[in-house]
Amino acid sequence: MSPINAASNWLKERLEWDDLVAPLRKKAVPLHRLSYWYFLGGITLFLFGVQVLTGILLLLYYRPGANEAFESIQHIMTQVQYGWLIRSIHSWSANLMIFTAFAHMFSVLFLKAYRKPRELTWLTGVVLLFLLLGFGFSGYLLPWNTLAFFATKVGTEITGQIPFIGGPALIFLRGGEEVTGATLTRFFGFHVAVLPGITTLLILAHLLLVQRLGMSVPPKVEAEWTANPFARREMKFFPNFALRELMAWYVALGALGALAAISPWNLGVKADPFSPAPAGIKPEWYFLFMFQTLKLIPAKVWLVDGEVLGVLVFGMAGVLWLLLPFFESTKASVTKSWITGLATFALVYITGMSVYGYLAK
Amino acid sequence: MATLQNSSRSFGAATRSATLASFLLSVFLGISYGQTRNSCLDCHSALPEPLGVSQDKFAQDIHAQKGLTCASCHGGDPGSDDPDKAMSRTAGWKGKIERKQIPQLCGSCHSDPAYIRQFNPGLRTDQLDQYHTSVHGKRLAAGDTKVAVCIDCHSVHDLRAPSDPRSSVNPVNIATTCSRCHSDAVYMKQYAIPTDQFAKYSQSVHHDAIAVRGDLSAPTCTTCHGNHGAAPPGVDKVQNVCSTCHVFQDQMYEQSSHRKAFQAAGLPGCVVCHSNHGISHPTDAKLSTGSGATCIQCHQPGDACDQARAELLGGLNRLDTAIKRADDVIAVAESSGMEVSEARMGQSQARDALTKARVTVHSFRQDLMNQDIQAGMKIATQDLELGQRAMAERNRRRMGLGMSLLAIGMVLVSLRAYIKKIES
Repeated sequence: MSPINAASNWLKERLEWDDLVAPLRKKAVPLHRLSYWYFLGGITLFLFGVQVLTGILLLLYYRPGANEAFESIQHIMTQVQYGWLIRSIHSWSANLMIFTAFAHMFSVLFLKAYRKPRELTWLTGVVLLFLLLGFGFSGYLLPWNTLAFFATKVGTEITGQIPFIGGPALIFLRGGEEVTGATLTRFFGFHVAVLPGITTLLILAHLLLVQRLGMSVPPKVEAEWTANPFARREMKFFPNFALRELMAWYVALGALGALAAISPWNLGVKADPFSPAPAGIKPEWYFLFMFQTLKLIPAKVWLVDGEVLGVLVFGMAGVLWLLLPFFESTKASVTKSWITGLATFALVYITGMSVYGYLAK
Repeated sequence: MATLQNSSRSFGAATRSATLASFLLSVFLGISYGQTRNSCLDCHSALPEPLGVSQDKFAQDIHAQKGLTCASCHGGDPGSDDPDKAMSRTAGWKGKIERKQIPQLCGSCHSDPAYIRQFNPGLRTDQLDQYHTSVHGKRLAAGDTKVAVCIDCHSVHDLRAPSDPRSSVNPVNIATTCSRCHSDAVYMKQYAIPTDQFAKYSQSVHHDAIAVRGDLSAPTCTTCHGNHGAAPPGVDKVQNVCSTCHVFQDQMYEQSSHRKAFQAAGLPGCVVCHSNHGISHPTDAKLSTGSGATCIQCHQPGDACDQARAELLGGLNRLDTAIKRADDVIAVAESSGMEVSEARMGQSQARDALTKARVTVHSFRQDLMNQDIQAGMKIATQDLELGQRAMAERNRRRMGLGMSLLAIGMVLVSLRAYIKKIES
């Protein structure tokens, strides 16, 4: 008996390993013309893993603090062996992860995978997307460069516009009236402790729900299969689907490596709180649609402050988006068109406003 | 008890009445306070030029804003609505002030420190004394009323503080104000002086600094000629004028052989090479023998001075080329995403050394300038090495990427083959 088999048997005897992996062996993935959308969630999970790994490596050298943060990243980029690669992969992976999470969410919407009994899967997924945006917002400040400093200033100012809780929320986020070193250490805490803890728990819940409920079959495909039961096909999750997912992960890894080597993430110029904000400052691309919308809203809409109104509308939209599956009627035909219409509108709006915000001066 | 209450009520009513009366009085006094009656404008605001002065125009005048009226300069009784009484000689009315009297009239307040201190303690009070020493003042005293008096530069009836960008004596507007007379060939004909100063100044580096870049410390006419005591600085004093700003160039020039030679020949120092009103942005071409060359206007090709010129130019060109070469490599490395902030900082120091060398040129001493050139060359060479190292690192990364992608590709092909195998 080989040492590997011996170790495997040793573990089997103690952990009853077979019982644990049995559901994975039984699990099957529906096989149809839209099956490739199933890979998006897995790719997002892979990128999250990359973030955790590279994040831990960056932690070995990163020093949070207004006087040290920028210099420590400069040190990582220039002096630490492969530091540039780790930092660039961390930054690129963060952006790709948010992109794939958005793509995953819209694929779920368009393929109707949020419907009963998967409302909780949707709920945990949307909260996870919000958490990823939180990761992006808090992580953006950590290099303590000019763009990060002023983007955080603008971002937290927008939070301050929320009626009643805005003021205290702004103080809580900034650790005072202004964006200072206190804000940096606090964002660092959110980024490496609070958010990862909550996110890991929610990812486990999300995966458990996916495992428990299985993969959703798009209604059109389901109808075709009901009409013709012989057309129903599926693939074993392990190893067939898992190997394909592994291929997707390798492609993602290659893309990350290429981006990091050809276009290493720029460090910028160290933040100077006393200098004026650079002209045309913009947030990261995933906040651009909200930023541009707030810019376009007039200063006063009737008697309400335009920015306050914008923040309230986005807040309401976020809550409604989260609860979207619960608005769907049991009569599929009634809601079929408006939820697809809403998803199309949201996709066009987010893309259009992001492009407009990118091009606007 | 009832009596006490009634007394209390009537005391309260009396107090309220007294408060109301004092409020109305204070409002009335408040409106009246600070407003001196000025009946002159009642008529003169309706009259055409040159007698007309509109309410709006006079309201812009700093004197009006400080509470002065027409009578402060013209005399008379501005409190009377009757023109005969308001403009009576017995009330001190002076009528139109003669041009030759204007400096004295303005000086009656502006030369009085105790009076001026009430309005602006920081304002100088020697303008009239200075004016008497100026070419304008001397000519006026000699009976020439065409020369500039206070109102020609400062305006009248809408006179603004020099700090006001709309003021004709704001630094940005001074050259235009001077040019109103000094660029008018017909008006200046009898003085037999050039009238192209403003045209030349408009093309100069100094005009570019003040008018285009908004640098209010850049020189305009009054910076070199003085304002109230305006006069040409004089051939042998030009160096003193330029050195008020160009301190280091002056220190170097003091050590040069040119200083004594120019002085002996009666040449106007800095102006010999740089000109005066039309001074252009100096470039290294001044030391060349091509377009824009200055040295060869006096020196013979091939003589000892010409050789020294060539060595000075060679030093500057060497450092300039080294900086540009390093810049090019660093720019490519930076556009490839490499971290080159250290090299960038070094380049800024190398540029400082080049600027210093260009200042040292004014000593016309190779040994002094070489110190700056050597210092700059050392830094530029280090920066070039940093840039080249960054490029080598970039190439290593790309090689590593190629190998990684090859490995990933091989894994993908193997996985695909394995999937095919288990599914066949």
